[in-house]
Parts: sequence; C-alpha cells; structure tokens
Amino acid sequence: MLFRRRRRDLVCQLAVELITDYLEGALLPDDRARLEVHLAVCPHCAEYLAQIRATIAAAGSVDAEALAPDVRDELVGLYRRWQQG
Amino acid sequence: MEADAELVVRLQAGDETAFAELVERYHGPLLRLARAFVPSRAVAEEVVQDVWLGVVRGIERFEGRSSLKTWLFRIMVNRARSTGVREHRETPVDLTAAEPAVASGRFTSGGQWARPPAPWADGAEDRIEAKALVGHIAAFLGTLPEAQRRVVLMRDVEGLAPAEVCAILDITEANQRVLLHRGRSRLRCLLEAERGKS
Ligand SMILES: [Zn+2]
Repeated sequence: MLFRRRRRDLVCQLAVELITDYLEGALLPDDRARLEVHLAVCPHCAEYLAQIRATIAAAGSVDAEALAPDVRDELVGLYRRWQQG
Repeated sequence: MEADAELVVRLQAGDETAFAELVERYHGPLLRLARAFVPSRAVAEEVVQDVWLGVVRGIERFEGRSSLKTWLFRIMVNRARSTGVREHRETPVDLTAAEPAVASGRFTSGGQWARPPAPWADGAEDRIEAKALVGHIAAFLGTLPEAQRRVVLMRDVEGLAPAEVCAILDITEANQRVLLHRGRSRLRCLLEAERGKS
C-alpha cells in the first residue's frame, strides 16, 4: 500500500515507518527488497536504522530496580509460612 | 547464573533458597512492568506481592510450557487486570491514529529527509556513550504511553518473543508491532533530542 505511488522507489518518510516490520521480519519479500535497496543508497535512513538498533540494544541493558532486603525477607517469610502450612 | 529451569526444579522440591533467588531475579522486572498496568507504585507493589503468593501456591502446576519469566509476567498481568483499579483509566489504544515515527516537519514535501538524523556514533563504539544511552532510555521508558511501554518493556527490555507478548497482552501480532514501532520510534526521538542538548 505504501508503495502504490511509486512502484520502485521508496521515500525516506515511508522507509522509517517500515523499520520495525523490517526488523521483525514482517515485510513481504518485494517490500523488504525495496527497503534494502533504499537503505543501501540512502545514508540518512541507514543512520536512522542504526539509531533504532542502538535504541533497542540500550533498552536491553536497562536494569530493574534492586530488591530491597526487607522486601526479600518479607517474601521469603511468606514462602516459609506457606511451606509450614 | 543458574538457569530458570533448574530453579523451578529446586522450588518444586520445596527449596527456600530457590524461592529467594527467584524473588531476587524477578521482583524488580515484575514491579517495573506492573507500573505500566496500574496507576500507582503502591498498587504495583500489591500486585507483585500477589504474584509471589500465586507462585508459592502454584509452582507445582508450572509445567514449563512457557519460560518461567513469561509465566510470571502472565500472572502479573492477570492480577493487575483483576484489581479493577485500571478500569477507570484504561483508554483504548487507537491504532489507526497517525503517529509518525519521525515528525513530518523533518521531511520535504516529497518525503525526503530535510533534517536528517545526525550520526550518533563516530567510528568505534564508545562505551561511555553507550552507558549514557542506557541511562537516558531508563528514564524515557517511563514517559511512553502505557500500551507502548508494556510492549517495549516485554520485547526490548525483557527480551520476550513476539508471540509471548501477544499471548500475555491478548493482542494480535500486527497490533503488537504497531505498539513496538511507536514505542521504539518515540525512544529514538527522545534520545535524539537529548543528544541535541549537549
Ligand atoms: Zn532515505
């Protein structure tokens, strides 16, 4: 649908909207090929993709809040009481 | 770190230290995700406490058909929904509303970049740079609309598979991708703006 206007070329504004489907492997083969051609010739969209990848990688490194000792003790206490029935 | 599957075996045998280890591993992630479902930290803490109670009572029924993490998250989401607190705030996600990945003002009328993204990395990976990125993302995650935050947290932060996230949230793969796309796009925009400040 996004390509109806131009069958071969893909403009940048549409390319950035396809990035997630591309990374998810959800593009049809023709659309995927057109996006890959665009990424090969458009350094800005290639940079955009690199930034999305950096964003994903950084998200994967975000630590959760550390467990407070009193919370842990409380929960282990709960477990113990359940075990002792 | 010991694999989840081994922890489950020990837990099913009644090993208290396995439970403590499980809590250590997943209390933080559960709390973080719960905050994307309920309106306050206090309610999120109650929900997660409830999850652990469910684990204590139900670990024997865990058959390992999903990962332990997925099982825990699913319990959490079910508990969060059953608190009812959400109902007043839950607004349906409009998946048809236009929410461009990049503001349209960044492009020419023909759809080419008018203000293209400035390069983030100069050559070699900069470890300090990467660390700063993680710090900013941690803060920006909390600003995402809840529906996007749920998906980004489960997919990109916790590393769940798309099908697992769809099952937990009871949404289609296509909707999951829309929410993931919007969430990731927003995060990138926020990071770009942050970098523009310095
Ligand atoms: Zn382009």
